[in-house]
Amino acid sequence: MFPPSTLLILFLLIALAALLIAIVLQQKVKNILKVIRRNSSNFDEGQFQKQLTTMNSRQIDKLLHIIKTWKAGSKTISALTGMVLLPGMLYSQGIGNGKPLLSEGGIIITILLLLIPVVAALVLMIVRIKRAAGKYISENNIAKAKKLASFINDYDRETLEKAVTTRKAAADYQLTHQELSGALPAVDGRGLLFVKDDEGLPFVAQKQKAPPRASVDPQLSRLVLAYLVSATIWLLFGTTVGEYVGIKFVAPDADHVSWLGFGRLRPVHTNAVFWGWASLAMLGLAYYVVPRVGNEKLYSYKLGWYSLHLTNTTVLTGTVLLMAGINNGGGEYREYIWPVMSLFAIALVLTLYNFFKTVAVRKTKEIYISNWYIISAIIYALVIVFVAYWPTWQNGLGETIIQGYYMHQGVGMWFMFFTLGLVYYYLPQQLNRPIYSYSLGILAFWTQILFYTLIGTHHFVFSPIPWWLQTVAIFGSMGMVIPVVAGTTNFLMTFKNGWYKLADSYTLPFFLVGTIFYFTGSLQGTAEAFRSTNLIWHFTDFTVAHSHLTMYGIISFFLWACIYTIVPRFTQNEAPQWAVGAHFWLALIGLLFYTVPLMYGSTLKGQMWIEGKPFIESVVQMAPHWLWRAIGGSLMWISHIFFAYNLYKMMPAVRVVDVNDKTLEILQAQVDISAQTKSV
Amino acid sequence: MEWFNDHRKLFVAAFLFFAGLTILVAILPALSNEKISRPLPGAKPMSEDAIAGKHVFIANGCVACHTQQVRNVDMDKVWGKRPGIAADYALIRRTDLWRNTATLMGSERTGPDLTDVGNRQGSLEWNLTHLYNPRILVKESVMPAYPWMFEMKKEPAKGDVIVNIPPEFLNDAEKKVVAKKEALQLVAYLQSLKQTPLPDGTATPEFLYKRKVQEAAADGAAAELDGSALYATHCQACHQENGEGLAGAFPPLKGSSIVLADNVDLFVEIVMKGYSGRESEGFGVMPAVGDNAGLTAEEVTAIMNHERTSWGNSAKKITTEEVRKVIEFLQSNP
Repeated sequence: MFPPSTLLILFLLIALAALLIAIVLQQKVKNILKVIRRNSSNFDEGQFQKQLTTMNSRQIDKLLHIIKTWKAGSKTISALTGMVLLPGMLYSQGIGNGKPLLSEGGIIITILLLLIPVVAALVLMIVRIKRAAGKYISENNIAKAKKLASFINDYDRETLEKAVTTRKAAADYQLTHQELSGALPAVDGRGLLFVKDDEGLPFVAQKQKAPPRASVDPQLSRLVLAYLVSATIWLLFGTTVGEYVGIKFVAPDADHVSWLGFGRLRPVHTNAVFWGWASLAMLGLAYYVVPRVGNEKLYSYKLGWYSLHLTNTTVLTGTVLLMAGINNGGGEYREYIWPVMSLFAIALVLTLYNFFKTVAVRKTKEIYISNWYIISAIIYALVIVFVAYWPTWQNGLGETIIQGYYMHQGVGMWFMFFTLGLVYYYLPQQLNRPIYSYSLGILAFWTQILFYTLIGTHHFVFSPIPWWLQTVAIFGSMGMVIPVVAGTTNFLMTFKNGWYKLADSYTLPFFLVGTIFYFTGSLQGTAEAFRSTNLIWHFTDFTVAHSHLTMYGIISFFLWACIYTIVPRFTQNEAPQWAVGAHFWLALIGLLFYTVPLMYGSTLKGQMWIEGKPFIESVVQMAPHWLWRAIGGSLMWISHIFFAYNLYKMMPAVRVVDVNDKTLEILQAQVDISAQTKSV
Repeated sequence: MEWFNDHRKLFVAAFLFFAGLTILVAILPALSNEKISRPLPGAKPMSEDAIAGKHVFIANGCVACHTQQVRNVDMDKVWGKRPGIAADYALIRRTDLWRNTATLMGSERTGPDLTDVGNRQGSLEWNLTHLYNPRILVKESVMPAYPWMFEMKKEPAKGDVIVNIPPEFLNDAEKKVVAKKEALQLVAYLQSLKQTPLPDGTATPEFLYKRKVQEAAADGAAAELDGSALYATHCQACHQENGEGLAGAFPPLKGSSIVLADNVDLFVEIVMKGYSGRESEGFGVMPAVGDNAGLTAEEVTAIMNHERTSWGNSAKKITTEEVRKVIEFLQSNP
């Protein structure tokens, strides 16, 4: 194992990176302050001369013109604008260490992986702050211009004209830059320009609006919206429970009610967000994708509604039963008893039939890759549920072997597989370009089936499960590098040459975060599967952090991206951009606050166990990390309220009758009637 | 490839690929494991109360924090005498038609592992008090309290199991705390959790990844063990960090004549074999902590010296040799 000192070095490195960033920010602030100070004094002769040299010929022309107008007698005051000072841009990225600091490969991998989202978030933040700074400087320049104008106004006219004319001669060596543009004002006849409002320092950056599209079949849009609303309600419910359960680590005596006990609420949280939130959101989004990529209508809307009601019933009854103390026996995510879960299975059968029929009558020759992933994921979910819930087997350790298989296939072959299918449609759609490589998508498809199916038992390394099966699972976990790298490459290369769109879009940041966590979260899973890392992290809160990095960082972020993409198309309403921004940042920062302290604390916990420290000491040392987790969890929870609000704002508005339309309608009706009476 | 464009062929292929792998890595291993695993000859079926208690355990999701598996790695030694094997779980069948088999191996150890808790912490008083509110006994514990498994009675009936709860944890100190059926059943289940010894002559599976520090301590007599850490692991849950015990349940070690005595024979015997000599005073029976945990003479010495020199106790330190002699005597005269 590694000594704490090396861990310290690593954190120092991170701190150093943070320091560098702080220095960059400080520099920025200094620049701004300089500008402010410069502006606080009024202009004098020398300063005016200096300023004059920064003017170009066109500006001088204008000035001369103004002077002439004054001289002609009229005293019109015009303000001078323009002259934007953009300070030099500075970038800082201070990571990277030459030699390996720690002896355990898995730990190094994890720490490096962890740094990726942290650095990405920091870079994004710097870009943001830089922009805000730019805006601020502009504001100051305007103030400065006003002062300059008043100085010029009060200046002796003759001297002024002389000085300016002299300067003009120097400046005239340049082109006037009017040859091409002419004097007419610009007209954007095709509506290509996107003009941002300059109303002071904005709270959030203004992003592009969703372009208007042909309206979607109202039947389909009602169905998809119903799925998404249900999913959002379960998200709010499930994470409220999760938040409460997280608080119980800090305040174990928060309540003494049997129905609200930790052991009962924990599966309520996990199952509600799994089947209620993620699954319903995925299915809802797929009801749009599957017919869309085949250019055909959905086979049956009715079946879609049945599936929705069945899934909602599953989560509702499952939740009530869990709280009443009726559960399946302790396997994670398998806590609903089979009669409850079979309702969900029926929902899946109906959906599968519906989608399959839709694909069968598609108008395209090939089946788009999204539908490969989505329909296969439904088939796999059915296989998994069937194997795990068949009520006449799994005695003894058989239960554990199936449990390892079930819980991991559920995550990887249902949630991950399905979501990848959605991203293969929604991401290219948002970037307005095809997916980078169809073949990479197919490679990832088959390799994920091959490797992911093997890895279930890595949850039971060192248990009495056959040793060879554990080894197979560890190898499978290593093989997962192939589909993960293929998928990440595919998504990032689709972004290629389109990165500028990121700044102007409020959906793409969600896609980007999802992609980053897809890479880091999945590979972290590989790192955790080794026997050496199992020694430290197995049974600790590390697993909890990992599952949130993946189910939240990957799945939920991708789902939000897709929802913000598609809902405005149904309803013609967009969410307020500031609220989308609040949702994004609270969720991302909350997730990092949630996971990083948990991972750090649980590494210490694992080491204490290895060193044979008393168990209770390992519990005591977790206290601050559990507190941070609760804080991060609270931020995530607040972000969901913003998300729910956004969804509400995106809902179809009540139609207000247009006076003109109605008048014309009435007149037309009168004309029609009179025509009829005439003909009669 | 043309068949990619045929939805039937594509999805049937994807299904068969997945289903084939499922059979190989999940269904066949599970079936073969069910078939070949037999319970150990010494394994005893659970009592009716313990079975009911297991249902209480399942219903309240205790598995979320408590594992029941001793892995074959060195750090798991504290949870059992040997690593778990498939046979340990062979007796566990499906709960009923509606509910799956509950091996309760768990995947998170927020609380201690319970594989062998019946040996480690078998005391009824301790378990009931701890269930009523864990923080009575372990003030840093984050385990939920289960006061709803108890009822408050002014005049307990005959046969009621009364639990001594310190007044600061009670709303109404007038009333007595009486354990309900589910509390007693749950404790019966916990008491039944004991690792079954392997039949004589069977090679015990080894704990892997042995700690190097431990080996060093074994050769070099100079290395002294941390008595306070060992005390925290093995003794503190009852006798408390301040050595004062809990009135009416666990006797104080602070100022105890046995702890401070010059002759340590009785002291060592109690640590190794447990004690029931003070039941008449209302104190619970002490389990055979030393034997159950397989404590070595060095470890026992460290614990005893910690107890003899803490909380104002100031007896002279004893040597490992003295303790070893007593332990050897106890082993030869069971």
